[in-house]
Amino acid sequence: MSMTQEAQPWQAPEHDKPVEQVEGYNFAYLDEQTKRMIRRAILKGVAIPGYQVPFGSREMPLPYGWGTGGMQVTAAVIGENDTLKVIDQGADDTTNAVNIRRFFAKTAGVATTEKTSDASLIQTRHRIPEKPLTDDQILIYQVPIPEPLRWVEPRETETRKMHALEEYGVMHVSLYESIARFGRITTAYNYPVQVNGRYIMAPSPIPKFDNPKMHQMAALQLFGAGREKRIYAVPPYTDVKSLDFEDHPFTIQSWEENCALCGADDSYLDEVITDDAGGKMYVCSDSDYCAERREAGHVGDQGEPQTPAQKGAAE
Amino acid sequence: MMALRDNGPLLEVEGLTQKYGHQIGCEDVHFSLYPGEVLGIVGESGSGKSTLLRCASGLMQPTAGTVRFDTRVDGLQDIYALSEAERRMLMRTDWGIIFQNARDGLRMNVSAGANVGERLMAVGERHYGSIRDVSSEWLEKVEMDLGRMDDLPRTFSGGMQQRLQIARNLVTKPRLVFMDEPTSGLDVSVQARLLDLVRGLVRQLGIACIIVTHDLGVVRLLSDRLMVMRRGRVVEQGLTDQVLDDPQHAYTQLLVSSILPV
Repeated sequence: MSMTQEAQPWQAPEHDKPVEQVEGYNFAYLDEQTKRMIRRAILKGVAIPGYQVPFGSREMPLPYGWGTGGMQVTAAVIGENDTLKVIDQGADDTTNAVNIRRFFAKTAGVATTEKTSDASLIQTRHRIPEKPLTDDQILIYQVPIPEPLRWVEPRETETRKMHALEEYGVMHVSLYESIARFGRITTAYNYPVQVNGRYIMAPSPIPKFDNPKMHQMAALQLFGAGREKRIYAVPPYTDVKSLDFEDHPFTIQSWEENCALCGADDSYLDEVITDDAGGKMYVCSDSDYCAERREAGHVGDQGEPQTPAQKGAAE
Repeated sequence: MMALRDNGPLLEVEGLTQKYGHQIGCEDVHFSLYPGEVLGIVGESGSGKSTLLRCASGLMQPTAGTVRFDTRVDGLQDIYALSEAERRMLMRTDWGIIFQNARDGLRMNVSAGANVGERLMAVGERHYGSIRDVSSEWLEKVEMDLGRMDDLPRTFSGGMQQRLQIARNLVTKPRLVFMDEPTSGLDVSVQARLLDLVRGLVRQLGIACIIVTHDLGVVRLLSDRLMVMRRGRVVEQGLTDQVLDDPQHAYTQLLVSSILPV
């Protein structure tokens, strides 16, 4: 086995099997029949926006819950000329993101990037990039629990029937419950949405801050749940509406602070504890967005002007 | 009564038979129920009362026979010929089903208010304030303390759970309510209050009702007509007072004479 660096350029293979990647594996790890099966599920998902299509999820070389569904979708749609970006909680440099990016660099030999605008495929866990996506990009979500009704109705036979008959009253029961108890809708992530006026869909555990980005998004959105063996999709330019009440409309999170590093006031902020004395700072969760802003000269309260070359050293 | 009958029956059951393999659940049951009428079904355990109720209320497709309901739009319709979507819509708007065990009819993990409001949200109500107003109005009608509105049903007593179940079912103003042993498992004083409440609501709202029970006291108090079942068949039916005071069938006589004198 030859372990190659992910930065090496990809060359077109003679057959199916790429030369530069790890030996003994098909292009992008999965065999062609499996990829066909997954592509069929994806096509069906795109045809019926928000509908959960069952598929024969395969074992992947990492545990369930680490993105096996997203990886299988990525493996099925990735091509030699694609550029892959992987984010985990908005960051490009966390373990999950780094490992999945390396995995595809090795098994498919594709180019990888941390720049949202350079990527043709973006696999994500728990965030949508701040920078608006374009219609030549695909966003692939890693989904732990694809069934939005699961918490109100544990029976799978019943939830399927509820989807089929559009019986979505109970979804509002959970929102009602939240208002009755706390005075507002407290669901902050995995906030249920209605797609194309029909199916109720779990948007994966993205913060509700990201929900409005799904509405009429130019990019194709694919969702893969490996353990639960479901794939669903939102085609480009599709209505995605977050559920709410007339007198308690859907709102997104807001912060009093701006990003401490880049000063952004329009991005999702993570609270970072800096010492044992209650010190903290708020920084952009989207590391690429933050870095680009800093490169462009924006500086936050605790930020220092940064040179463009500094990033990427951690890998 | 005659005036109501001119409008035609609300529910019409013909030749209803349900078999569990060779075992007979109920056999060849006929009856009509008119708007505002309360029908009691009594019989010993295993006589097919609950089977009949399940078949008539759309929960279980019978082996043979028809159940027709006077729908608001299309008139009398065989409920098992309707699409499942239409049948379920009917069940959560025009019908109510009150189970013996409140746990079967309530959502135990959401508050009392949400339990009552669920049907409203299911038919498209999306205004939190008005859902809450209607819910509290109904909780008052079933004599519940509004201070308990946001509590979970599992913290309620059996009688309260049963009253909550009634409120939850009546909130969409159904025309027909099925009750399966609504008072069994409650102590006598709570039973009396619940029966009083049910009687008041049923009369006041003009709801037609089918009550399955083994308690003759309940039917004496609530129902206009009575059906006595034994081994899956209806052995006697008629006006409640008539059947209870002048039973004709040997089994009914036995049943009436079995009431323990207090």
